[in-house]
Amino acid sequence: MKGSVIKYERDNIDTDVILPGPYLKIHDYNELAKHAMEGIDKDFHKKVKPGDFIVAGRNFGCGSSREHAPIALSYSGIKAVIAISFARIFYRNAVDGAFLLPIEVEEDTYRDISEGDQLEIDTSKNEIRNLTKNKTYKMKPFPELIGKIIAAGGLFNYKA
Amino acid sequence: MNITEKILAKASGKNKVSPDDVIFANVDKVMVHDVSGPGVIAVFEKLKKTGMKIEKLWNPDKVWVAEDHFVPAADKISAQNVVLLTQFTKDYGIKKHFKYGMGQYGICHTLSHEEAMVLPGEVYVGGDSHTNTTGALGAFAAGLGHTDVAYVLLNGKIWFKVPETLYFKLNGKLPDYVMAKDLILKIIGEIGTDGAAYKTMQFGGSGVSEMSVEERLTLTNMTTEAGAKSGIIEPDQKIRDYLAQRGATNYNEVHGDSDAQYSKIYEYEASEIEPIVAKPFSPENITVARELSSIPLDKAYIGSCTGAKLDDLRAAAKILKGRTVKIRTEVLPAAISIFRKAMDEGLVKIFMDAGVMVGPPTCGACCGAHMGVLAKDEVCISTTNRNFPGRMGHVESKTYLASPLVAAASAVTGKITDPRDLK
Repeated sequence: MKGSVIKYERDNIDTDVILPGPYLKIHDYNELAKHAMEGIDKDFHKKVKPGDFIVAGRNFGCGSSREHAPIALSYSGIKAVIAISFARIFYRNAVDGAFLLPIEVEEDTYRDISEGDQLEIDTSKNEIRNLTKNKTYKMKPFPELIGKIIAAGGLFNYKA
Repeated sequence: MNITEKILAKASGKNKVSPDDVIFANVDKVMVHDVSGPGVIAVFEKLKKTGMKIEKLWNPDKVWVAEDHFVPAADKISAQNVVLLTQFTKDYGIKKHFKYGMGQYGICHTLSHEEAMVLPGEVYVGGDSHTNTTGALGAFAAGLGHTDVAYVLLNGKIWFKVPETLYFKLNGKLPDYVMAKDLILKIIGEIGTDGAAYKTMQFGGSGVSEMSVEERLTLTNMTTEAGAKSGIIEPDQKIRDYLAQRGATNYNEVHGDSDAQYSKIYEYEASEIEPIVAKPFSPENITVARELSSIPLDKAYIGSCTGAKLDDLRAAAKILKGRTVKIRTEVLPAAISIFRKAMDEGLVKIFMDAGVMVGPPTCGACCGAHMGVLAKDEVCISTTNRNFPGRMGHVESKTYLASPLVAAASAVTGKITDPRDLK
């Protein structure tokens, strides 16, 4: 999959900024998308394009268990979040609900990728190609079960 | 094996599990509330559209429902969500639904122990990140999103990676004016908001044995803020007595083996712990309360699953008795049963005499949803668990996290105040 990067140079981007609490009562996924990232980036809704990737630092998605967070990003068009690490509930919500790919990379990779870079993610080779900078990075392979759930298209389609 | 590994081994039908093993664990109890419940309903609707037939749950007797985030109904959408949830419990035969305005109700994590909804040795999952709280009873308790909860409701099991366990040992009894909240804030300050990511935080030692059950629940509640999968404490006589008072005597306790392994052990001397405050905008951003004595406040909030249990209200009342608040102050007991006990003990009168607004149980302002959110630039001291940007209202408001003693002392002076310094 190919897309361009929206980058947040910070750690601990929490679910309260990804999708603020007052919107938790909403279960219309397209409506949630209008409020994605509102806590730190009021313009996110205007600038995000279908197929984009978010790049961020450590512990992305920490805080609450609200599945609204990966849903809001997914319905905004985000196909993957590339981060140094993820909080556990955000990670499993993203995978089990098949909303987006949570991709872990080394800190150097996070630093090297810039806002607006065109990336191509190849999970079969565990590679991320930066088409803008003409570089290739390694992504951390998905653990076995996670890879199987992603391949199945979410937990409900996965057969143990 | 340690207690967490033993519970997960039993739940997955294995003789032994080790950290990093991926298992499917059978679940004993599952909870949804007025946010995750409608989320589950949306997942069910989506599945039905793909042709899946959903006629019944795996076991409705193991499911319970709370109304807490947006009650009393904050607006029309919130009111509709409660209607949806009520229809859901009716459709699927769920008997335990704690309804706002019909006797006992409250914050889900508070009901989990107040109503003995979860018992020692069980695997408990809930559609809320602070599900960890209930681990203080000696259960494996972890929060999940609503797709995972929907999966549990239909299949009775869910996957987990067996966590490593970090063991936090408290030596000696906490001094006067120092609470479990101070200890857990200190721990989070030291290990960071991802310091226990994917791991279990277990608490023990003489200081934890000395603590009341409710104080222990404050420790496990905030393991979520260190990124932990779960928090746990081995059950003892205090837990047995607490559960027996609530009619629960039939359960199988699990205890760690004498050669239980922990990936790291941290030791704390209780006598060295002081009143701690977490500054905006992270629970790890801690300092001692005394260093913040120049910070003026607009509001004090004594509420939530973290900081409005009966012991929390007793602590606040100890400070507020015979005094008057200088800033807007709210006390919202975490469940109706606690509200009633606070009334019977005279705590509600103390609060009202001090000028405090006493309100109904709700997650309300803790998650910035309703019932007293903060305006731009307002500053609040709060007994809750999170202070991310916008958590309690406007994105440019500020929340300082503290114990009920510090919050009450600060309410009296209008500035952040160490309760030991209150004249």
